Amino acid sequence: MTEIWHAFTKAIELIISLDPEVMEIAGRSLRISGTSCFLASLICLPLGSLIYSHHFRGKRVLINIIQTLFSMPTVLVGLLVFVLFSRAGPLGFFGILLTPTAMVIGQMILITPLLLGLTISALSGVSKETVDTATSLGASGFQTVWLVLREARYAVLAAVIMGFGRAISEVGCAMMVGGNIRGFTRVITTTISMETSKGDFELAMALGIILLFLALIINIVLNRLQQR
Amino acid sequence: MMKPLSSIIEVVDLSHSYGERKVLQDLNLGIGKGEVFALIGPTGAGKTTLLRIIDLLEVPGAGEIYFDGKCLPRSGKQRLEIRRRMSFIHQKPQVFNLSVYDNVACGLRWRGEGKNRIAEKVDHILEMVGLEGYKNRNARTLSGGEAQRVALARSLVLEPEVLLLDEPTANLDPVSTAKIEQLISYVARQHNTTMIIATHDMSQGQQLADRIGVLLDGRLVQTGNVTDIFRSPQNEQVAHFVGMENIIEGVISASNEGIVMVNIGGNAIQAVSNHPAGKEVYACIRPEDITLALSRTQSSARNSFQAKVTRVTSFGPLSRVEINCGFRLVALVTKISAEELNLQVGREVYATFKATGVHVMERKTS
Ligand SMILES: Nc1ncnc2c1ncn2[C@@H]1O[C@H](COP(=O)(O)OP(=O)(O)OP(=O)(O)O)[C@@H](O)[C@H]1O
Ligand SMILES: [Mg+2]
Repeated sequence: MTEIWHAFTKAIELIISLDPEVMEIAGRSLRISGTSCFLASLICLPLGSLIYSHHFRGKRVLINIIQTLFSMPTVLVGLLVFVLFSRAGPLGFFGILLTPTAMVIGQMILITPLLLGLTISALSGVSKETVDTATSLGASGFQTVWLVLREARYAVLAAVIMGFGRAISEVGCAMMVGGNIRGFTRVITTTISMETSKGDFELAMALGIILLFLALIINIVLNRLQQR
Repeated sequence: MMKPLSSIIEVVDLSHSYGERKVLQDLNLGIGKGEVFALIGPTGAGKTTLLRIIDLLEVPGAGEIYFDGKCLPRSGKQRLEIRRRMSFIHQKPQVFNLSVYDNVACGLRWRGEGKNRIAEKVDHILEMVGLEGYKNRNARTLSGGEAQRVALARSLVLEPEVLLLDEPTANLDPVSTAKIEQLISYVARQHNTTMIIATHDMSQGQQLADRIGVLLDGRLVQTGNVTDIFRSPQNEQVAHFVGMENIIEGVISASNEGIVMVNIGGNAIQAVSNHPAGKEVYACIRPEDITLALSRTQSSARNSFQAKVTRVTSFGPLSRVEINCGFRLVALVTKISAEELNLQVGREVYATFKATGVHVMERKTS
């Protein structure tokens, strides 16, 4: 027990003193997950709008599949990316396995269903009356979707933040395709995992606290958004 | 009847169903350029559906609509072009979650209008609807009446050729209602905008419209000018709907040179009509056309009956007096006269009304 308490006080010290290693790892986590979330949003927001605004056969089924993939296991995504980008794999020539790029790609795949699904449901949350009103005022199809996106902006932003939360807190994929290389692909979650297995709790706890803190901020922002 | 010189909207044999339910049936209607047309009908009659079809939000099940001489296409880019010449203020006004200014500006932006022109027009229209101080307010924080005015401004700023209004004053208090009605008739006069106003408020139709169409159960039962509809409803349903409270069954006992005697259970009413003797009819009298007095007075009115008051109810400045003169009649008098005549249950009065105040319509025995 005293050992844990000792580790905890040490962890707080590391954070308060802005320990370079802690800051470096936390910063990399934010960068990688931020990038993957940003890029995934660039794809998912337009794609989600497209799916929302078009009626086609199998739309319901597609949305069901997307929703099922919300809880896609991270290791499965890791496996997929690993197989694709390994030396012998079809995309092996890129040589990006065990780099931050591979981690970004993995996280993008991981959160795409979530972003896509939540974007579609955010847009669907805008009332039919609002859509009709825009149409009546002379909006073209594209202009209507743009207005609906703006109407649903808080819900869409909430979707993006949820995606970011999932990206930064996952460990399976980051470990498998990033390899937890010190100073290169080591992020918060992979560090916690490794340090814990070494029995070295100080760094793990410090990073754990930071992760919790991030989760807290995300939650507060989400709550604010949902109240708008 | 005055036929509009050139119709901007011509509805031909229009029918529409939602699933099994026939909502509109065989509608034919022409709306003239610059005409203000009121579409009145009870809830569920299909008013909104008709307006939605005219605004190309819905494709009709059968029939055609011509806009400015051209048949509305069922799909394609032209629909947007035509829709942009109209503006539709929906029944439940939806303001966008944007500032009042952006709400009013969006239609102009969608039409590619320049920034300065937009600012000019929006400012002008906001002033007109009395919302000039609200520019930067989020429209979602407005009251119902204010939101309705934003919706109106948002449509008016587009200077549409045709303005469709769906119950523009439902759920508003009398003051806001009056303001909006004023604005509508101002625009109709100033810009010569063609308007179709759906309403279930008869007096609103009466006030604003050049012509009225009565929609009952998806059928356009009667169209005509205000007096036509209110004085001479075509059938019992319309009569009920336009507030004709006295609809009395009778048979024509004599008919001579446009004057008929209608026999109502032994009493005879004189009326102006051309129906032949023997015809089964309804005699309709608007309650406000009946005069009550304490003694039989000499007057030009052809009908006078001794009666007993059976019930008095008052609302606002008016009293609704039910009387029995061998048949039941309802009269509408001001509260002051009701008090002066001391109208109470059991009181003997004389009910008088003119032969021209009686509308006779054929009773279809089915
Ligand atoms: N999208 C829809 N799907 C199915 N039925 C509908 C739909 N829209 C309207 N209806 C039905 O069509 C009928 C006519 O509706 P509509 O809204 O046109 O009536 P309205 O005259 O505007 O009534 P109100 O005065 O209450 O607004 C109603 O019975 C309604 O239930
Ligand atoms: Mg309606």
